[in-house]
Amino acid sequence: MSLDKDTVRRVARLARIEVAEDRLEALGQELNQIIGFVEQLDEVDTSSVAPMTSVAKQKLRWRADEVTSGGQAEKVTANAPASDMNFFVVPKVVE
Amino acid sequence: MRDIPTNPDNLIAGETGDWEIVMGLEIHAQVSSNAKLFSGASTEFGADPNSQVSFVDAGLPGMLPTINERCVEQAVRTGMGLNAEINLYSVFDRKNYFYPDLPQGYQISQFKQPIVGRGTVTIELSDGSTKEIGVERLHLEQDAGKSLHDQHPSQTYVDLNRCGVALMEIVSDPDMRSAEEASAYVEKVQRIVRYVGSCDGVMAEGSLRADVNVSVRRPGGELGTRCEIKNVNSMRFIRQAIEHEARRQIEILEDGGKIDQETRLYDPNKGVTRSMRSKEEAHDYRYFPDPDLLPLEMEQEWVDAIRASLPELPDAKKARFMADFGLSEYDARTLVSDRDSADYYEAVASGRDPKLSANWVTTDLFGYLNRTGINIAESPIKAAQLGQLIDRIIDKTISGRIAKEVFEVMCETHQDPDAIIAEKGLKQVTDEGAITAVVDQVIAENPDKVADVQGGKEKLLGWFTGQVMKLSGGKANPQAVNKILREKILGD
Amino acid sequence: MAMNSDLTGLTLAEARDALAKGETTSVELTEAYIAAVAAARPLNAFVTETPEKAIEMAKASDARRSAGTVGAMEGLPLGIKDLFCTKDVLSTASSHILDGFQPPYESTVTTNLWNAGAVMLGKLNMDEFAMGSSNETSYYGPVANPWRPEGDNRTFVPGGSSGGSASSVAAEIVVAATGTDTGGSIRQPASFTGIVGAKPTYGRCSRFGVVAFASSLDQAGPMTRTVRDAAIMMGSMVGFDPMDSTSVDMPVPDFESALTGDIRGLKIGIPAEYRIDGMPPEIEKLWQQGEAWLRDAGAEIVPISLPHTKYALPAYYIVAPAEASSNLARYDGMRFGLRVDGNDLTETYEKTRAEGFGAEVQRRIMIGTYVLSAGFYDAYYLKAQKVRTLIGQDFEQAFGQVDAILTPTAPSAAFAAGEKSGDPIAMYLNDVFTVPASMAGLPGMSVPAGLSDNGMPLGLQVLAPAFDEMTMFRVGGVLESAAAFSARPRKWWLA
Ligand SMILES: [Mg+2]
Ligand SMILES: [Zn+2]
Repeated sequence: MSLDKDTVRRVARLARIEVAEDRLEALGQELNQIIGFVEQLDEVDTSSVAPMTSVAKQKLRWRADEVTSGGQAEKVTANAPASDMNFFVVPKVVE
Repeated sequence: MRDIPTNPDNLIAGETGDWEIVMGLEIHAQVSSNAKLFSGASTEFGADPNSQVSFVDAGLPGMLPTINERCVEQAVRTGMGLNAEINLYSVFDRKNYFYPDLPQGYQISQFKQPIVGRGTVTIELSDGSTKEIGVERLHLEQDAGKSLHDQHPSQTYVDLNRCGVALMEIVSDPDMRSAEEASAYVEKVQRIVRYVGSCDGVMAEGSLRADVNVSVRRPGGELGTRCEIKNVNSMRFIRQAIEHEARRQIEILEDGGKIDQETRLYDPNKGVTRSMRSKEEAHDYRYFPDPDLLPLEMEQEWVDAIRASLPELPDAKKARFMADFGLSEYDARTLVSDRDSADYYEAVASGRDPKLSANWVTTDLFGYLNRTGINIAESPIKAAQLGQLIDRIIDKTISGRIAKEVFEVMCETHQDPDAIIAEKGLKQVTDEGAITAVVDQVIAENPDKVADVQGGKEKLLGWFTGQVMKLSGGKANPQAVNKILREKILGD
Repeated sequence: MAMNSDLTGLTLAEARDALAKGETTSVELTEAYIAAVAAARPLNAFVTETPEKAIEMAKASDARRSAGTVGAMEGLPLGIKDLFCTKDVLSTASSHILDGFQPPYESTVTTNLWNAGAVMLGKLNMDEFAMGSSNETSYYGPVANPWRPEGDNRTFVPGGSSGGSASSVAAEIVVAATGTDTGGSIRQPASFTGIVGAKPTYGRCSRFGVVAFASSLDQAGPMTRTVRDAAIMMGSMVGFDPMDSTSVDMPVPDFESALTGDIRGLKIGIPAEYRIDGMPPEIEKLWQQGEAWLRDAGAEIVPISLPHTKYALPAYYIVAPAEASSNLARYDGMRFGLRVDGNDLTETYEKTRAEGFGAEVQRRIMIGTYVLSAGFYDAYYLKAQKVRTLIGQDFEQAFGQVDAILTPTAPSAAFAAGEKSGDPIAMYLNDVFTVPASMAGLPGMSVPAGLSDNGMPLGLQVLAPAFDEMTMFRVGGVLESAAAFSARPRKWWLA
């Protein structure tokens, strides 16, 4: 598998990272080097192996249905680049 | 997909022939719980902006999800209500996409292994028929926050209070063929979640909302391309949206066009569906198991205990009302439409005539509640009071007609029927002496009409009964009046 | 009264005992360290120094001591890796994208340390989002290794990603530091700087409040001057935390009591597959030396096989970037940190993340996004998770035969700054010996064991079965005594 320019552009878009058009080629080569490296795994026969779900061999613990948080709108929005009346303010979303 | 025979009544006539609508629904039902699915913030509706947000909900660095047991239980209860398989092992996945109301950059959902598997829902149609709708799955997931676009001309305001509230996404098979079936399905799911208490089902507040997948095809033919109409939030809008969307698709196809698979929004003001513009690129959600959460495992005994605690479900209750109380399908369906109505009815009918009780509840009480907009749970006329009123009809203290009058007063004053009967002196007169006096008076004042009756116009006896009742203020027992009249005039 | 340099020369255990005996106070100790931190700025080990907070905490500690309440870390001044969120103190993960971020909460691990009485000197530099093995990817600039080869004036890397932690412990400008280890980020820098670094079993340390890199691998741990220090400090970091669903509810043993010095009868595995092609002779020699030390101490050396070792690193470079690509989606300029405005929402996202993330972080996000994308999930992510199962099985089998495993920590000594930064794969290979245990969630530690031919420190790694940190410390302690590593870096930054 190798990443061509279009693939790099698509992946960058999915990841929401701006990549200049003239950087796509070089970035693709960098990524291909890594993809080539990880493709060593093709050598391993995993046909009868279950994927690891978690290294911690335990069951998911459940929390009681209790309200333990909230009432802290100022703290929640304190680090926001823009906020107003405890709302987060973001660039206009067009639907 | 199940083979469902085409129902000719559901076909839509186009210019080039008949069309059939095929629909599957995704219902998002908000889980009734105090706290959110993965955080301890409250789920209450309508609070100040970002006041019900934990640092987990805001997606702040280093924050981790922990699961709310109540939400798991509610999903299991709902699964049972949908006659579905309960999966003791399920997995939470991350659905990755960017949106300002999705702080983590992913929604925690269940993709490959949901908590609830296949089930069925029986829907009831206006012609009295029923139909089975397949349920593909139910999974737990987080709700997103809310974006407000009208606060500022060039900015969007984001409130994360809804963010992280538990949702049950219930996915149906594409088994529905008409707008009526689709809305009947939503109504039924709404009834089920309310019965089991897992969701309040209030569409206007968004706690139950439907995405409708609509496609059209030639009757019984190949499936067409579907469009998804997102977040329709009332039964009426569901029907309207489907009808508009089906007509739109038929028009395109009949003009030789092709349907684009896309997400559309229903605009109730304009009565049209429109394409959502965010579809410029294909979504690629990159699902993978959430490494912050271990697989969700439930014990069989725990699930069994939930099953044992489940209330009687609407279908079973309806069948029982018909079998044990001899109610008609229609009355039974009406009475089980919600748990409070059914409970109210059972309280009234207990030890009384079940059909007479059903009449009073469905006609008089429901009429009153509808007029006043009062919920049956808050009815000022208690089941015991309505029962007392029915008792007075049965023990002949009052006639059915007087009972209606008493009920009107009960609506006004919320008094016990016995108190009203006593206060207004409405007790039926059965004393023959008193009735005879009135009968004699009427006969004396109408000798010509007496002659007519004696001459064969027996129908006029009804007129005499009316006069006696009128003079007695309605209190005379009509059977007694009739008997005495016949004795006096006809010598029976 | 003791001289300042005498105070900063004390190990954690020594400083603890000196405080207990009243030979010094936390304020005195803290002041000495504050001065040392200020003098060591050429190392660039700190992103944020918090001297005022440190003094305040030291005073409170001294007051507690007078009142008779003494925690396990009472009065000891620490450096905290900037991956830990610390309440109202800038927490950056050494990334531009977390500009100005002051969390309104404290991580569980640091909370535990403060509850044990520790004092915070500040936040330590690291590779951006813990992605790197040389501490050259930090937005706040590279960290220098206090060690330099004799007669070499170039700057050497301290390893990474916990480079600031390693450097500051080695330079004796903190008593000890917290680190985090995803694929070797505690052990490899410990090896590069001649200190002890220990990663507990996955699930021992809460991840709550630690900026996530790869959730299924991230574990915090101590970075200290001695094995005893590591045992003491780990005891104060770990513990069950209901806020982290992967935290394990198990009793915490007294790790310090593992240091019996007695490993007679223990079986130590030597995995054949760690003898990789092109391993420098000095590494091979050190490993054999370690084997000899443990044998001499009465352990039985057992050759073992971990057949999938070779595949751990490629599997790691699928799993870790995949998880990271999702974990780092929240850095989008909307609710905290940097925002770079674009013409619309999408452009704002793209510009913010292009400017906010450095090259290595972007690279890993892109790889992770790619391997999870439609059509590739099974070939990459699922495949890697299956290989991970095999790696776990390898270790399970091995620990059926042996009590602990001995390997080199890293395939080389610290290298000069810039030497490998142009070649991602060469950089990734630094973690070839540490990654397998990370993939299996096992505890591991690096113990300084000798010097390279050019006089740079080298570490040996001890791996133990899950939740058997006791054996890890027990073997580590014996290794430490046998190696008697006493070399110290020249304090060139004071010149
Ligand atoms: Mg959906
Ligand atoms: Zn959904």
